[in-house]
Amino acid sequence: MSYNCVVLVKQVPDTKRITVRAMNDDGTVNRGALPAVFNPEDLNALELALDIKDCYGGRVTVMTMGLPAATGVLREALYRGADEAILITDRRCAASDTLATSYILSCAVSKVDYDIVLCGRQAIDGDTAQVGPQIAEKLGITQVTYLERIIELNGRTLVARRNIGNGRQEVRTLLPVLMTVIDEANEPRVAAAKRLMRYKDAASRAEIEATGVNDAMDRAKAIEEKGLLIKQWDLDGIGADLAWCGRDGSPTKVHRIQSVVLEAQESKAVEATAGAIAAMVHELIEDHTIG
Amino acid sequence: MIDVNTAGEVWIFAEQRDGQLADTPLELLSKGRELADKLGVKLAAVLAGHNVSGLSAQLGHNGADKVYLVEDPLLEHYQTNPFAKVLDELIRKHRPQIVLYGATPVGRDLAPRVASSMKAGLTADCTDLQIGDHEVKKTGTVYKNLLFQIRPAFGGNIIATIINFDRWPQMATVREGVMPMPEPDTRRKAEIVREKATLSGRDLPIEILRQEIQERKVNLKASRVIVAGGAGVGSKENFKLIYELAHSLGAAPGATRAAVDLGFVDRDHQVGQTGTTVRPSLYIAVGISGAIQHQAGMSESKKIIAINSDPEAPIFNLAHYKVVGDLNTVVPMMIKAIREKV
Repeated sequence: MSYNCVVLVKQVPDTKRITVRAMNDDGTVNRGALPAVFNPEDLNALELALDIKDCYGGRVTVMTMGLPAATGVLREALYRGADEAILITDRRCAASDTLATSYILSCAVSKVDYDIVLCGRQAIDGDTAQVGPQIAEKLGITQVTYLERIIELNGRTLVARRNIGNGRQEVRTLLPVLMTVIDEANEPRVAAAKRLMRYKDAASRAEIEATGVNDAMDRAKAIEEKGLLIKQWDLDGIGADLAWCGRDGSPTKVHRIQSVVLEAQESKAVEATAGAIAAMVHELIEDHTIG
Repeated sequence: MIDVNTAGEVWIFAEQRDGQLADTPLELLSKGRELADKLGVKLAAVLAGHNVSGLSAQLGHNGADKVYLVEDPLLEHYQTNPFAKVLDELIRKHRPQIVLYGATPVGRDLAPRVASSMKAGLTADCTDLQIGDHEVKKTGTVYKNLLFQIRPAFGGNIIATIINFDRWPQMATVREGVMPMPEPDTRRKAEIVREKATLSGRDLPIEILRQEIQERKVNLKASRVIVAGGAGVGSKENFKLIYELAHSLGAAPGATRAAVDLGFVDRDHQVGQTGTTVRPSLYIAVGISGAIQHQAGMSESKKIIAINSDPEAPIFNLAHYKVVGDLNTVVPMMIKAIREKV
């Protein structure tokens, strides 16, 4: 039998490669200067979905909630093999915490026919790992977190291996299921050249409008005629109750944000000579740090 | 969600496996004790499992005033749904103001499921918790004695303080190893409150077929001295230098994520945001450039020695002793000096 997979992805600032250009003079990070990337573990989730499709058939639908620019990760998903991409964008999504985000995404997922929902374990901007389990709860389906490998898919039965931190666990459960995928799960494929050529002009209406061009409508129409207009939903379209979205739908609020400043402390330069190293070791023994 | 209940207790989730408590619930008790005392309320542990009542005493010794004990054969092995159901039911019944979980694989699997069913807030991976007041600027309303949920975000580049003032309970997962362990007091006893879970087989959608637990080969958290190697060590072969230096000091060998990804050493040794958070007396960073994710896991070390050939390496900003030089000559010099002195 074939399986329909929904993959939830996120566009994130690349917090892993913070270059000098993205640093302010006071040692803090200029978040705006970080490049936007496909959240790494979401690529592992996409790879797993494409793998399921390759083995068993079915459709791979990729969804993201974000600003119009987040269409970029949807295009990347199309290059890699996704059948359909959907952008969930709405100003009223702003300031959503993980609970509101999971509510919005669960409304969107409910609109499509799915057997398996996949997402990365966590996003590198927040590192919370909360949205996956919260979506599973809202959809009322089983969650399998920290997925390392699917061992067997047979009819409605899934056998999978999880990495539980200090070991591994093999579990069996029935579909539908939501799985959060870890980076050890697979090696994500790169964009296929043919698909890249086919989808490079794919765009969402919001993305075209955001460029501020006068003929946005005409451009969208032209892209639509080529079958390359990326589907776009707003909160009304997915039937979301606004009370559970955005700032109002978010129980957690920010009290304060402090930038981490990397600063020098009281420190000593030690020559890389036997004498200086021995003196340092001696000092550490004297003050009972070692020995 | 539950209504704001300023008389509510402070709860911790007492994670156990095969009838053994990990360190994390004990660390939560030490922080929870501080919070409960500040608020003038009781500190309770939620202990769920099969035949686990024996752990109640240990929870009491480590600071719990109360243990909510839920025993059921269906709770013998952890899986998400039944444990989430137990917590959901207990929280609705007793209305605690704060619920803390360890940011362990289990805690991070369980807490969001509970938060979602409760429609309550949850802050992940806190490194500190405090009690404080929050003013809503627009209305001037001041909320007193809220839980300040303090966590690094953005790859450790910012520290965010998160609150929730209107939809309770206030819940957080707390990173392992960042709270001190309590001093157990064997005279302290916790009141045991037995609770029933309304569980049936239908609440267990997962069948655990096999489980292999590998005890960690290295206990970074318990080590006074850590010698850690980074990508600069160059090869798996050369990582022997790290082991040798560690051995000479009775230290634990650690590593950066880069060194682990390069296959120099296995993941048990990883220090940093996605690895273990450590706070040893001495941290010797060898061939480590000092990515912020690594710093997040070791910056609280009392003393730091950095050995790196690149004088611009960010790790030097943290180091108390900076050795600019080739680790292949510096490390043997250190080993020699240690062997001669000790």
